[in-house]
Amino acid sequence: MTSLTVNGDPMTLDGTTVADLVAQLQLSGRRLAVEVNRDIVPKSEHGQHRLHDGDVVEIVHAIGGG
Amino acid sequence: MSDPLHIAGKTYQSRLLIGTGKYKDFEQTRQAVEASGAEIVTVAVRRTNLGQEPGEPNLLNFVTPDKYTILPNTAGCFNAEDAVRTCKLARELLDGHNLVKLEVLGDQKTLYPNIAHTVRAAQQLVDDGFDVMVYTNDDPIVAKELEDMGCVSVMPLGSLIGSGLGVLNPHNLLLIMEEAKVPILVDAGVGTPSDATLAMELGCDGILMNSAIAHAREPVLMASAMKKAIEAGREGFLAGRMPKRVFANPSSPSEGLISRD
Repeated sequence: MTSLTVNGDPMTLDGTTVADLVAQLQLSGRRLAVEVNRDIVPKSEHGQHRLHDGDVVEIVHAIGGG
Repeated sequence: MSDPLHIAGKTYQSRLLIGTGKYKDFEQTRQAVEASGAEIVTVAVRRTNLGQEPGEPNLLNFVTPDKYTILPNTAGCFNAEDAVRTCKLARELLDGHNLVKLEVLGDQKTLYPNIAHTVRAAQQLVDDGFDVMVYTNDDPIVAKELEDMGCVSVMPLGSLIGSGLGVLNPHNLLLIMEEAKVPILVDAGVGTPSDATLAMELGCDGILMNSAIAHAREPVLMASAMKKAIEAGREGFLAGRMPKRVFANPSSPSEGLISRD
């Protein structure tokens, strides 16, 4: 179990990687970008990048805007 | 007539760039984009809603990156750091796509650009390999500075974002265009098709708008109107206007009139 902050809210991750987090949030396959502790984690590294207690994660997507 | 717009090494037939905010739904967004003829479409980058159902619709399924050049913006950023961070997230989101619209805002009331932070962010982004289209005020010195830093397009406001007041200072736009070597796009302020035409008649290279279309009673129809307005203004600019004169000058010949002796 890993304690994270995701998009500003506390969250407990059952797995260990960014890919696990994305899967737990039921966001797999969606077009999004992930930042951990202010560094981008590229899609190609989601499966390897391990998350640790206290990590601050941002998950973003595109919405309507001018 | 082929009269393409060149931005960051790519060629576009349309000189209208549109935003995707404030529409009723994604389907209306798609229809408005289609009717506008726009090839460059702006999007915002925001936190994903974590409570969402799988399969929830996504804007980029309606306005797709294979058909349109997606231009992520930094709207809502009030400092250089947030803006740079947003651009990096956008680049990851769009698979390494480098073209971004930089806007760093000064305050909520005016959404006027914070120039000090805009310049700082522009420099960092250019250094990091981004192609930066930059929202700025209509100050010709600042516009030149941003161009010299390597921004691929400078986008002065016509008037405040979302105001629909049109181009309030055409003389400043003329000063900016006189010196510019990159495309100058009017970003913000256009309210009506005639506003768009006037801006294009001044010689602007294009216009970026959102509210004028999305807040029209019939957004899809307004998108079509804006397409025509921009084409008319561009052709009018290229054709060159007639000279103004104080007194009348008849269009029909004065020879051969039946009342002449």
